[in-house]
Amino acid sequence: MARITAGVATSHVPAIGAAIDLGRTEQDYWRPMFAGYEASKAWIAEEKPDVIILVYNDHASAFSLECIPTFAIGCAASFQPADEGWGPRPVPVVEGHPQLAWHMAEKLILDEFDMTIINKMDVDHGLTVPLSLMFGEPLAWPCKVIPIAVNVVQYPPPTGHRCFKLGQAIRRAVESFPQDLKVVVFGTGGMSHQLQGPRAGLINAEFDNAFLDRLIADPAGQAAVPHIDYVREAGSEGIELVMWLIMRGALDLKVRVAHRFYHVPASNTAVGHLILENAGR
Amino acid sequence: MHDKAFDDIPGTILFDADRSREGFHLNQFCMSLMKADNRAAFKADERAYLDAWPMTEAQKQAVLRRDWNGMLELGGNIYFTSKLAATDGLSFQQIAAIMSGVSQQEYAEMMLHGGRPIAGNRSKSEAR
Repeated sequence: MARITAGVATSHVPAIGAAIDLGRTEQDYWRPMFAGYEASKAWIAEEKPDVIILVYNDHASAFSLECIPTFAIGCAASFQPADEGWGPRPVPVVEGHPQLAWHMAEKLILDEFDMTIINKMDVDHGLTVPLSLMFGEPLAWPCKVIPIAVNVVQYPPPTGHRCFKLGQAIRRAVESFPQDLKVVVFGTGGMSHQLQGPRAGLINAEFDNAFLDRLIADPAGQAAVPHIDYVREAGSEGIELVMWLIMRGALDLKVRVAHRFYHVPASNTAVGHLILENAGR
Repeated sequence: MHDKAFDDIPGTILFDADRSREGFHLNQFCMSLMKADNRAAFKADERAYLDAWPMTEAQKQAVLRRDWNGMLELGGNIYFTSKLAATDGLSFQQIAAIMSGVSQQEYAEMMLHGGRPIAGNRSKSEAR
Protein backbone atom coordinates (compact mmCIF):
# COMPACT_ATOMS: atom_id res chain seq x y z
CA MET A 1 0.00 0.00 0.00
CA ALA A 2 0.96 3.64 -0.31
CA ARG A 3 2.45 5.22 2.81
CA ILE A 4 3.35 8.68 4.06
CA THR A 5 6.88 8.71 5.45
CA ALA A 6 7.58 12.36 6.16
CA GLY A 7 6.44 15.95 5.96
CA VAL A 8 8.17 19.08 4.73
CA ALA A 9 7.12 22.60 5.66
CA THR A 10 8.50 25.60 3.86
CA SER A 11 7.73 29.19 2.95
CA HIS A 12 7.04 29.77 -0.75
CA VAL A 13 8.10 33.40 -1.25
CA PRO A 14 8.00 34.40 -4.96
CA ALA A 15 11.26 36.38 -4.64
CA ILE A 16 13.02 33.09 -3.80
CA GLY A 17 11.91 31.71 -7.16
CA ALA A 18 13.11 34.87 -8.88
CA ALA A 19 16.49 34.63 -7.10
CA ILE A 20 16.91 31.05 -8.38
CA ASP A 21 15.69 31.82 -11.90
CA LEU A 22 17.95 34.90 -12.21
CA GLY A 23 21.04 33.14 -10.77
CA ARG A 24 21.23 35.30 -7.63
CA THR A 25 21.45 32.55 -5.01
CA GLU A 26 25.13 33.34 -4.29
CA GLN A 27 24.47 37.01 -3.56
CA ASP A 28 25.11 38.12 0.04
CA TYR A 29 21.42 38.81 0.53
CA TRP A 30 20.35 35.30 -0.50
CA ARG A 31 23.25 33.03 0.46
CA PRO A 32 22.24 32.49 4.12
CA MET A 33 18.66 31.69 3.08
CA PHE A 34 19.65 29.07 0.50
CA ALA A 35 22.26 27.62 2.88
CA GLY A 36 19.34 26.56 5.08
CA TYR A 37 18.11 24.22 2.32
CA GLU A 38 21.38 22.42 1.54
CA ALA A 39 20.67 19.71 4.12
CA SER A 40 17.13 19.43 2.74
CA LYS A 41 18.32 18.68 -0.79
CA ALA A 42 20.52 15.91 0.58
CA TRP A 43 17.64 14.60 2.69
CA ILE A 44 15.16 14.39 -0.18
CA ALA A 45 17.75 12.84 -2.52
CA GLU A 46 18.04 10.09 0.08
CA GLU A 47 14.31 9.88 0.83
CA LYS A 48 13.34 9.54 -2.87
CA PRO A 49 9.54 9.94 -2.61
CA ASP A 50 7.44 8.60 -5.47
CA VAL A 51 4.79 11.24 -4.91
CA ILE A 52 4.64 14.60 -3.16
CA ILE A 53 1.26 15.83 -1.96
CA LEU A 54 1.91 19.56 -2.07
CA VAL A 55 -0.36 21.80 -0.01
CA TYR A 56 -0.18 25.43 -1.14
CA ASN A 57 -2.29 28.40 -2.08
CA ASP A 58 -2.88 29.99 -5.43
CA HIS A 59 -2.22 33.77 -5.50
CA ALA A 60 -4.83 34.94 -8.01
CA SER A 61 -3.07 33.00 -10.78
CA ALA A 62 -5.30 29.99 -11.52
CA PHE A 63 -8.26 31.23 -9.47
CA SER A 64 -9.61 34.76 -9.72
CA LEU A 65 -12.64 35.83 -7.67
CA GLU A 66 -14.87 33.95 -10.15
CA CYS A 67 -14.39 30.72 -8.25
CA ILE A 68 -12.83 30.33 -4.79
CA PRO A 69 -12.52 26.68 -3.72
CA THR A 70 -11.66 26.21 -0.05
CA PHE A 71 -9.93 22.86 -0.67
CA ALA A 72 -9.09 21.71 -4.20
CA ILE A 73 -7.16 18.66 -5.41
CA GLY A 74 -5.29 18.57 -8.71
CA CYS A 75 -6.16 15.36 -10.57
CA ALA A 76 -4.58 16.23 -13.93
CA ALA A 77 -1.70 14.34 -15.56
CA SER A 78 0.36 17.53 -15.64
CA PHE A 79 0.31 21.14 -14.49
CA GLN A 80 1.99 24.02 -16.34
CA PRO A 81 3.91 26.69 -14.40
CA ALA A 82 1.62 29.76 -14.34
CA ASP A 83 2.36 33.08 -16.00
CA GLU A 84 2.05 35.40 -13.02
CA GLY A 85 2.48 38.54 -15.11
CA TRP A 86 6.18 38.31 -15.92
CA GLY A 87 6.17 35.01 -17.87
CA PRO A 88 6.05 31.48 -16.41
CA ARG A 89 8.99 30.42 -14.20
CA PRO A 90 11.53 28.48 -16.29
CA VAL A 91 10.96 25.28 -14.32
CA PRO A 92 9.88 21.82 -15.47
CA VAL A 93 6.24 20.95 -16.05
CA VAL A 94 4.79 19.41 -12.89
CA GLU A 95 3.73 15.81 -13.47
CA GLY A 96 0.68 14.72 -11.50
CA HIS A 97 -0.44 11.30 -10.33
CA PRO A 98 -4.05 11.14 -11.59
CA GLN A 99 -4.71 7.63 -10.26
CA LEU A 100 -3.75 8.45 -6.67
CA ALA A 101 -5.26 11.94 -6.87
CA TRP A 102 -8.65 10.60 -8.02
CA HIS A 103 -8.50 7.90 -5.37
CA MET A 104 -7.83 10.60 -2.75
CA ALA A 105 -10.66 12.78 -4.08
CA GLU A 106 -13.11 9.87 -3.78
CA LYS A 107 -11.93 8.83 -0.35
CA LEU A 108 -11.81 12.38 1.00
CA ILE A 109 -15.33 13.21 -0.18
CA LEU A 110 -16.71 10.01 1.31
CA ASP A 111 -14.75 10.90 4.46
CA GLU A 112 -16.79 14.18 4.48
CA PHE A 113 -14.14 16.51 3.04
CA ASP A 114 -15.91 18.05 0.06
CA MET A 115 -12.96 18.59 -2.24
CA THR A 116 -13.12 20.55 -5.48
CA ILE A 117 -11.71 18.39 -8.28
CA ILE A 118 -9.38 20.21 -10.67
CA ASN A 119 -8.59 18.66 -14.06
CA LYS A 120 -6.82 21.65 -15.56
CA MET A 121 -4.81 24.18 -13.60
CA ASP A 122 -1.62 26.18 -13.92
CA VAL A 123 0.48 26.21 -10.76
CA ASP A 124 2.10 29.40 -9.46
CA HIS A 125 5.10 30.13 -7.22
CA GLY A 126 3.22 28.74 -4.23
CA LEU A 127 3.77 25.26 -5.64
CA THR A 128 6.94 25.62 -7.72
CA VAL A 129 9.13 27.52 -5.22
CA PRO A 130 9.03 24.68 -2.64
CA LEU A 131 10.01 22.21 -5.40
CA SER A 132 12.92 24.45 -6.41
CA LEU A 133 14.07 24.78 -2.80
CA MET A 134 14.06 21.02 -2.26
CA PHE A 135 15.29 19.84 -5.68
CA GLY A 136 17.29 22.74 -7.10
CA GLU A 137 17.14 23.12 -10.86
CA PRO A 138 16.68 19.66 -12.44
CA LEU A 139 15.58 19.21 -16.05
CA ALA A 140 12.54 17.30 -14.79
CA TRP A 141 11.10 17.07 -11.27
CA PRO A 142 12.18 13.69 -9.88
CA CYS A 143 8.72 12.64 -8.65
CA LYS A 144 5.00 13.06 -9.20
CA VAL A 145 3.18 15.91 -7.48
CA ILE A 146 -0.45 16.14 -6.36
CA PRO A 147 -1.42 19.77 -5.73
CA ILE A 148 -3.80 20.54 -2.87
CA ALA A 149 -4.83 24.19 -3.24
CA VAL A 150 -6.24 25.92 -0.16
CA ASN A 151 -8.02 29.26 -0.12
CA VAL A 152 -6.18 31.65 2.17
CA VAL A 153 -6.84 34.80 0.09
CA GLN A 154 -10.56 35.33 0.71
CA TYR A 155 -11.46 35.54 4.40
CA PRO A 156 -12.25 33.15 6.00
CA PRO A 157 -9.74 30.45 5.12
CA PRO A 158 -10.47 27.02 6.61
CA THR A 159 -9.76 26.85 10.35
CA GLY A 160 -6.54 25.36 11.65
CA HIS A 161 -8.59 22.55 13.15
CA ARG A 162 -10.23 21.74 9.81
CA CYS A 163 -6.82 21.75 8.12
CA PHE A 164 -5.40 19.38 10.71
CA LYS A 165 -8.37 17.02 10.23
CA LEU A 166 -7.94 17.16 6.45
CA GLY A 167 -4.34 16.06 6.92
CA GLN A 168 -5.53 13.07 8.94
CA ALA A 169 -8.06 12.22 6.21
CA ILE A 170 -5.36 12.53 3.54
CA ARG A 171 -3.35 9.95 5.43
CA ARG A 172 -6.31 7.55 5.54
CA ALA A 173 -6.88 8.09 1.81
CA VAL A 174 -3.23 7.48 0.91
CA GLU A 175 -2.98 4.36 3.08
CA SER A 176 -6.00 2.83 1.36
CA PHE A 177 -4.34 3.08 -2.07
CA PRO A 178 -3.20 -0.43 -3.07
CA GLN A 179 -0.08 0.49 -5.03
CA ASP A 180 3.23 0.56 -3.16
CA LEU A 181 4.16 4.24 -3.15
CA LYS A 182 6.31 6.39 -0.89
CA VAL A 183 4.58 9.70 -0.25
CA VAL A 184 5.88 12.91 1.34
CA VAL A 185 3.47 15.72 2.22
CA PHE A 186 4.51 19.37 1.85
CA GLY A 187 2.82 22.18 3.77
CA THR A 188 3.82 25.57 2.38
CA GLY A 189 3.38 29.32 2.85
CA GLY A 190 4.11 31.66 5.75
CA MET A 191 5.80 32.35 8.02
CA SER A 192 4.95 35.78 9.44
CA HIS A 193 4.42 38.37 6.72
CA GLN A 194 2.07 41.14 5.75
CA LEU A 195 2.08 42.43 2.20
CA GLN A 196 -0.67 45.01 2.47
CA GLY A 197 -1.56 48.30 4.13
CA PRO A 198 0.33 50.52 6.57
CA ARG A 199 1.46 47.49 8.65
CA ALA A 200 3.20 45.86 5.64
CA GLY A 201 6.54 44.28 6.52
CA LEU A 202 5.43 42.85 9.84
CA ILE A 203 7.66 40.01 11.09
CA ASN A 204 7.19 38.20 14.39
CA ALA A 205 10.07 35.79 15.02
CA GLU A 206 8.81 34.94 18.50
CA PHE A 207 5.41 33.86 17.16
CA ASP A 208 7.01 31.94 14.29
CA ASN A 209 9.35 29.95 16.53
CA ALA A 210 6.60 29.19 19.01
CA PHE A 211 4.48 27.97 16.07
CA LEU A 212 7.33 25.68 14.93
CA ASP A 213 7.74 24.29 18.46
CA ARG A 214 4.05 23.61 18.87
CA LEU A 215 3.53 22.24 15.36
CA ILE A 216 6.16 19.62 16.20
CA ALA A 217 5.14 18.75 19.75
CA ASP A 218 1.47 19.71 20.14
CA PRO A 219 -0.17 19.93 16.71
CA ALA A 220 -3.71 19.46 18.06
CA GLY A 221 -3.13 22.40 20.40
CA GLN A 222 -1.80 24.54 17.56
CA ALA A 223 -4.80 23.53 15.45
CA ALA A 224 -7.11 25.16 18.01
CA VAL A 225 -5.51 28.61 17.53
CA PRO A 226 -8.08 30.95 15.93
CA HIS A 227 -7.58 32.99 12.76
CA ILE A 228 -7.31 36.29 14.58
CA ASP A 229 -4.17 35.20 16.40
CA TYR A 230 -2.46 34.52 13.07
CA VAL A 231 -3.63 37.78 11.48
CA ARG A 232 -2.74 39.86 14.53
CA GLU A 233 0.57 38.18 15.40
CA ALA A 234 1.86 36.88 12.05
CA GLY A 235 0.30 39.40 9.64
CA SER A 236 -2.59 39.28 7.18
CA GLU A 237 -0.66 36.87 4.92
CA GLY A 238 0.83 34.94 7.85
CA ILE A 239 -2.49 33.14 8.00
CA GLU A 240 -1.07 30.89 5.26
CA LEU A 241 0.46 28.94 8.17
CA VAL A 242 -2.82 27.05 8.63
CA MET A 243 -1.74 25.04 5.58
CA TRP A 244 1.18 23.59 7.54
CA LEU A 245 -1.38 21.88 9.77
CA ILE A 246 -2.60 19.81 6.82
CA MET A 247 0.91 18.41 6.41
CA ARG A 248 1.20 17.86 10.17
CA GLY A 249 -2.15 16.07 10.35
CA ALA A 250 -0.94 13.56 7.78
CA LEU A 251 1.97 12.50 10.03
CA ASP A 252 2.28 10.49 13.22
CA LEU A 253 1.50 12.22 16.48
CA LYS A 254 5.17 11.72 17.32
CA VAL A 255 7.68 13.00 14.81
CA ARG A 256 11.45 13.24 14.56
CA VAL A 257 12.79 16.65 13.47
CA ALA A 258 15.23 15.89 10.65
CA HIS A 259 15.81 19.56 9.90
CA ARG A 260 14.71 22.98 11.16
CA PHE A 261 15.57 26.38 9.74
CA TYR A 262 14.42 29.97 10.21
CA HIS A 263 15.60 33.08 8.42
CA VAL A 264 14.56 36.73 8.07
CA PRO A 265 14.08 38.21 5.53
CA ALA A 266 13.23 36.94 2.09
CA SER A 267 11.79 40.08 0.55
CA ASN A 268 8.80 40.83 2.85
CA THR A 269 8.67 37.47 4.58
CA ALA A 270 10.09 35.31 7.35
CA VAL A 271 11.28 31.96 5.95
CA GLY A 272 10.59 28.86 8.02
CA HIS A 273 11.37 25.28 7.14
CA LEU A 274 10.93 21.88 8.80
CA ILE A 275 11.49 18.29 7.80
CA LEU A 276 9.55 15.89 10.02
CA GLU A 277 9.80 12.11 9.92
CA ASN A 278 7.19 9.77 11.35
CA ALA A 279 8.21 8.39 14.74
CA GLY A 280 5.17 6.52 16.04
CA ARG A 281 1.40 6.99 16.25
CA MET B 1 -19.29 39.98 8.22
CA HIS B 2 -16.13 39.28 10.15
CA ASP B 3 -15.60 39.41 13.88
CA LYS B 4 -15.12 43.05 14.93
CA ALA B 5 -12.00 42.02 16.84
CA PHE B 6 -10.15 42.12 13.50
CA ASP B 7 -10.83 45.86 13.27
CA ASP B 8 -8.59 46.35 16.30
CA ILE B 9 -5.52 45.25 14.31
CA PRO B 10 -3.77 48.42 13.12
CA GLY B 11 -2.88 49.09 9.47
CA THR B 12 -4.55 45.92 8.24
CA ILE B 13 -7.51 45.48 5.92
CA LEU B 14 -9.20 42.10 6.11
CA PHE B 15 -10.41 40.86 2.71
CA ASP B 16 -13.76 39.62 3.95
CA ALA B 17 -17.12 39.03 2.29
CA ASP B 18 -18.15 42.72 2.31
CA ARG B 19 -14.87 43.84 0.74
CA SER B 20 -14.93 41.01 -1.80
CA ARG B 21 -18.46 41.96 -2.88
CA GLU B 22 -17.57 45.63 -3.10
CA GLY B 23 -14.29 44.98 -4.88
CA PHE B 24 -15.27 42.24 -7.31
CA HIS B 25 -14.97 44.33 -10.50
CA LEU B 26 -11.92 46.22 -9.24
CA ASN B 27 -10.14 42.91 -8.60
CA GLN B 28 -11.29 41.38 -11.87
CA PHE B 29 -10.00 44.48 -13.69
CA CYS B 30 -6.62 43.85 -12.01
CA MET B 31 -6.81 40.19 -13.02
CA SER B 32 -7.30 41.23 -16.67
CA LEU B 33 -3.79 42.77 -16.55
CA MET B 34 -2.33 39.27 -16.52
CA LYS B 35 -2.64 39.41 -20.35
CA ALA B 36 -0.10 41.44 -22.32
CA ASP B 37 -2.71 42.77 -24.79
CA ASN B 38 -4.81 44.06 -21.93
CA ARG B 39 -1.81 45.71 -20.29
CA ALA B 40 -1.04 47.49 -23.57
CA ALA B 41 -4.65 48.65 -23.93
CA PHE B 42 -4.72 49.87 -20.33
CA LYS B 43 -1.45 51.78 -20.71
CA ALA B 44 -2.61 53.37 -23.96
CA ASP B 45 -5.71 54.90 -22.34
CA GLU B 46 -6.23 54.08 -18.66
CA ARG B 47 -9.49 55.95 -18.27
CA ALA B 48 -11.08 54.33 -21.33
CA TYR B 49 -9.95 50.88 -20.21
CA LEU B 50 -11.38 51.43 -16.72
CA ASP B 51 -14.67 52.70 -18.14
CA ALA B 52 -15.25 49.28 -19.68
CA TRP B 53 -15.51 47.87 -16.12
CA PRO B 54 -18.55 48.40 -13.87
CA MET B 55 -16.41 49.87 -11.08
CA THR B 56 -17.35 52.83 -8.91
CA GLU B 57 -15.88 56.22 -9.73
CA ALA B 58 -14.00 56.13 -6.41
CA GLN B 59 -12.41 52.81 -7.37
CA LYS B 60 -11.42 54.16 -10.80
CA GLN B 61 -9.91 57.27 -9.20
CA ALA B 62 -7.95 55.14 -6.74
CA VAL B 63 -6.53 53.16 -9.66
CA LEU B 64 -5.70 56.27 -11.70
CA ARG B 65 -4.00 57.88 -8.66
CA ARG B 66 -2.28 54.59 -7.77
CA ASP B 67 -3.68 54.99 -4.27
CA TRP B 68 -2.64 51.50 -3.11
CA ASN B 69 -4.18 51.73 0.36
CA GLY B 70 -7.29 53.38 -1.09
CA MET B 71 -7.80 50.45 -3.46
CA LEU B 72 -7.68 48.04 -0.51
CA GLU B 73 -10.21 50.13 1.41
CA LEU B 74 -12.54 50.01 -1.62
CA GLY B 75 -12.45 46.22 -1.82
CA GLY B 76 -9.17 45.57 -3.59
CA ASN B 77 -7.12 42.56 -2.57
CA ILE B 78 -3.34 42.78 -2.49
CA TYR B 79 -2.81 39.74 -4.73
CA PHE B 80 -4.93 41.46 -7.37
CA THR B 81 -3.69 45.05 -6.95
CA SER B 82 -0.13 43.69 -7.17
CA LYS B 83 -0.92 42.88 -10.81
CA LEU B 84 -1.51 46.59 -11.41
CA ALA B 85 1.81 47.20 -9.64
CA ALA B 86 3.52 44.67 -11.93
CA THR B 87 2.00 46.48 -14.93
CA ASP B 88 3.73 49.63 -13.63
CA GLY B 89 6.98 47.69 -13.17
CA LEU B 90 6.74 47.85 -9.36
CA SER B 91 7.63 44.96 -7.05
CA PHE B 92 5.74 43.83 -3.96
CA GLN B 93 8.41 45.47 -1.84
CA GLN B 94 8.05 48.77 -3.68
CA ILE B 95 4.28 48.98 -3.13
CA ALA B 96 4.71 47.75 0.46
CA ALA B 97 6.97 50.76 1.05
CA ILE B 98 4.40 53.10 -0.49
CA MET B 99 1.53 51.58 1.53
CA SER B 100 3.47 51.93 4.76
CA GLY B 101 4.52 55.50 3.97
CA VAL B 102 8.29 55.15 3.77
CA SER B 103 10.90 55.18 1.01
CA GLN B 104 11.86 51.92 -0.62
CA GLN B 105 15.32 52.28 0.93
CA GLU B 106 13.89 52.71 4.44
CA TYR B 107 11.54 49.78 3.94
CA ALA B 108 14.33 47.50 2.67
CA GLU B 109 16.49 48.50 5.65
CA MET B 110 13.64 47.71 8.04
CA MET B 111 13.27 44.24 6.49
CA LEU B 112 17.02 43.59 6.70
CA HIS B 113 16.84 44.43 10.41
CA GLY B 114 14.14 41.90 11.20
CA GLY B 115 11.07 43.55 9.71
CA ARG B 116 8.38 45.68 11.29
CA PRO B 117 8.27 44.71 14.98
CA ILE B 118 5.08 43.32 16.47
CA ALA B 119 5.48 45.43 19.63
CA GLY B 120 3.35 48.51 19.14
CA ASN B 121 1.64 46.99 16.08
CA ARG B 122 -0.55 44.41 17.76
CA SER B 123 -3.66 46.41 18.45
CA LYS B 124 -4.98 49.88 18.00
CA SER B 125 -5.33 50.35 21.74
CA GLU B 126 -1.71 49.34 22.24
CA ALA B 127 -0.55 51.57 19.39
CA ARG B 128 -2.19 54.62 20.93
